[in-house]
Amino acid sequence: MNGLVLGGTYALLGIGLTLIFGLMNVVNFAHGEFYTLGAYAAFATLGLAGAHFVAAVLAAIACGVALGAVCELTLLRPLRAESIDTTMLVMIGVWITMQNGELLLWGGVAKSIPHPFPTAPLVLGPVSIAPLRVFVLALAAGLIVASYLLIHKTQLGMAMRATFQDRDTAALMGVRIGRIHTATFAFGSGLAAAAGALLGPVFLAYPSMGDLAALKAFSVVILGGLGNLPGATLGGLLLGVAEELGAGYVSSGYRDAVGFVIIILVLLLRPAGLFAKQERIG
Amino acid sequence: MTRAGRFVPVLLALTLPLWLGSPYFLHVVIMAGIFGILALSLNLLLGYTGQLSLGHAAFFGIGAYTSALLTLRLEWSFWLALPCAVAASGLAGWLIGRLALKLRGAYFVLVTISFAGVIALVSVNWMDVTNGPLGLPGVPAPALGPWSLRAKSVYYYLVLVAVLLAYLVCRRLVASRIGRAFVALRENEALAESVGVDVTHYLVLAAVVSAAMAGMAGSLYAHYTRFVSPEVFLFSYTVTMVIMVVAGGKGTLAGPLVGALIFTALPEALRAVTSWQWQMLAYGVLLVLLVFFLPRGIVPALAAWRAWKAP
Amino acid sequence: MARVESALTLSVRDLAVRFGGVTALAGVSFDVHPGTITSVIGPNGAGKTTAFNAITGYLRPTRGRIEYVGVPLTGLRPSAIAARGIVRTFQRTSVFPSLSVADNVMIGLHLRGSAGVLDVLLGRRRRAAEESRLAHDADGIIEFVGLGHRRGEVASELPYSEQRLVELAVALAARPRLLLLDEPGAGMTTAEKAAVGRLIRRIRDQSTTVLLVEHDMRMVMGISDTVIVMNHGRVIAEGAPASIQAHPDVIRAYLGSAGDRD
Repeated sequence: MNGLVLGGTYALLGIGLTLIFGLMNVVNFAHGEFYTLGAYAAFATLGLAGAHFVAAVLAAIACGVALGAVCELTLLRPLRAESIDTTMLVMIGVWITMQNGELLLWGGVAKSIPHPFPTAPLVLGPVSIAPLRVFVLALAAGLIVASYLLIHKTQLGMAMRATFQDRDTAALMGVRIGRIHTATFAFGSGLAAAAGALLGPVFLAYPSMGDLAALKAFSVVILGGLGNLPGATLGGLLLGVAEELGAGYVSSGYRDAVGFVIIILVLLLRPAGLFAKQERIG
Repeated sequence: MTRAGRFVPVLLALTLPLWLGSPYFLHVVIMAGIFGILALSLNLLLGYTGQLSLGHAAFFGIGAYTSALLTLRLEWSFWLALPCAVAASGLAGWLIGRLALKLRGAYFVLVTISFAGVIALVSVNWMDVTNGPLGLPGVPAPALGPWSLRAKSVYYYLVLVAVLLAYLVCRRLVASRIGRAFVALRENEALAESVGVDVTHYLVLAAVVSAAMAGMAGSLYAHYTRFVSPEVFLFSYTVTMVIMVVAGGKGTLAGPLVGALIFTALPEALRAVTSWQWQMLAYGVLLVLLVFFLPRGIVPALAAWRAWKAP
Repeated sequence: MARVESALTLSVRDLAVRFGGVTALAGVSFDVHPGTITSVIGPNGAGKTTAFNAITGYLRPTRGRIEYVGVPLTGLRPSAIAARGIVRTFQRTSVFPSLSVADNVMIGLHLRGSAGVLDVLLGRRRRAAEESRLAHDADGIIEFVGLGHRRGEVASELPYSEQRLVELAVALAARPRLLLLDEPGAGMTTAEKAAVGRLIRRIRDQSTTVLLVEHDMRMVMGISDTVIVMNHGRVIAEGAPASIQAHPDVIRAYLGSAGDRD
């Protein structure tokens, strides 16, 4: 059950990154930092301003979207003609900057994010789970559904799909390519921030939490196939469950290795991802 | 540079411990040397064959741990442990090289990071062998017959020899048919294949040499600080290496060395003024700025400037 | 340099390539005779470059046999095929962009060198001798294609037609016995095409067999000994230029598919 909670948030991370990596072809090593940003934003709104939990998550998303847009406009757009290695290096720079910025701002001690839920676990049949986690799962699911709706039902989503399938035609049809890129990156970053805001209260918030999150996001994207939204969702859930099982049956120290091993195995054996046959967005 | 012009720096380098005052500066120079070897090794992969390996700390760490364990647990001599460390890292490099054959670009980067991540986790969790997060203290200093090489001023010469060796190997490789094959792979792999460059062979070769060199640096590090812990796998080491290579000038021979000098001396100088986090923050910003303004690095930029000034 | 080859240089039998439901080649058979210039022509999408890719190891054929001087080539990597004396150029300009012309050609000379890792790290004199020999050979090839005045210039900064000459020089450096040229005249002026045509004839005169893909009819008919016509992944005609020009199927293939002719 905990695996699903983790998995839901991993799915959010994965969807965000598959859009950025899979469609924009940007190796966003700073993705984990947006996750951290979300967690700290939640901390600020909840802990300091005492707002409602949902509001905190929304605030986190807003931060992610805003900063993501800024990044895309200032850093990625001028470099769009460059090779993927160049953008990779830039995003590594952003990664380092953001992480150490957070370190300076909040200090290295992990912060516990307060939440309004009772700590006594709910018992549903054979499973007992903390109410917080149920809420997290529900919100995550809601966000995933919202993402689908955005991509498939709205005009923005259609424009995004068009741009990434055939940029030149989309441009001819009047789609503002620049805006779509900014919107995609902002959207992906916002999702990462949401994941951070959701998982932050479950665990703790500390500046380097993004590193592992980023790696896991990449492994979800690789598992599901680049640009493959349903794949990312399933991949995220799979990873969450696998980690929980792994920690339970093998050893909790190697829990994080699951993500690494997945990356290595999938890239070696089925580089297109486990769910490659499913529909791609672009 | 004239004959005399070249002679002076050589003399300075050879007599460094005599005139460099404090042992602290000597320490900085030694660390710069070790990182110089690391930067040169990363440059082989990144600058010459064009493969961005972000897991280089893994090779460094494997070298450090192998050397430390062999001398600590099995009481081997340093002079035996060093080649073994080199071999162990080289083997890891062979593995990565074979992996690179199927993957390019971002995927290769991810695999190298994952590889480093797994190795780091192993070193933390395999308590029986590596002593986990507590690390391995008391790694013996190397000895040459009855003389111990423990003292900084003496260790300096060991590192100096190693740096020269690494530089020579790189230079010989780069200026040869092999170096041309490396560059060909970076510039246009399909074309390189069409004229008979065996991609497999040269990618693996680059990876093995690169990893082996990093392993040598690791061993030197282990026997200098005489303590090895999973911290050697810290991503910040990899980041520092990448900055050294990219800022110094990837694809050149002097670039990584210059980068190593700057980015070992700079943090030490800054340490007095500000904290480690600000420094890493500055690194991040610097990396972004470099990509925009000095994409080829300091050494090529200097060379271009010099060429432009002298018509 | 007279070379006698008793077997056929290149023998292609029933070569087929399918990917993802698309049949790029539907069973192509032809022979290329030693010491000749053979051209492959056909409308766009006829499968010409696909055939090149399959012959030189960049594509794995679905079916068929390719033999060179009696030795099968199918399944070999491009670098192994190059080692057997078959070198190709590419449809889109393919050079080593940030290297000088001289360095480009030096890479082409890769197979003519023999220095391995140990040689490089240890031996000095033999390596130096080999390097100077290679540099000398490189100069010769650069002169042959007429780029002597561009030796030190960066390849990607040269004008288009000269970049294609660099490409040619790199391919020649690998000392091919069979040279596959993919649209050597593409994007060139008439005068440049004529120069390339003369160059190709000189290459043939030095006993290198040439197989080329081209769209420019005049160029093709002017230099070829044999012309092979492809359409829809098949060979529809094969013979001397004059007979091909009068061939009804060929005329139909070009005129019938309106808009394909260039």
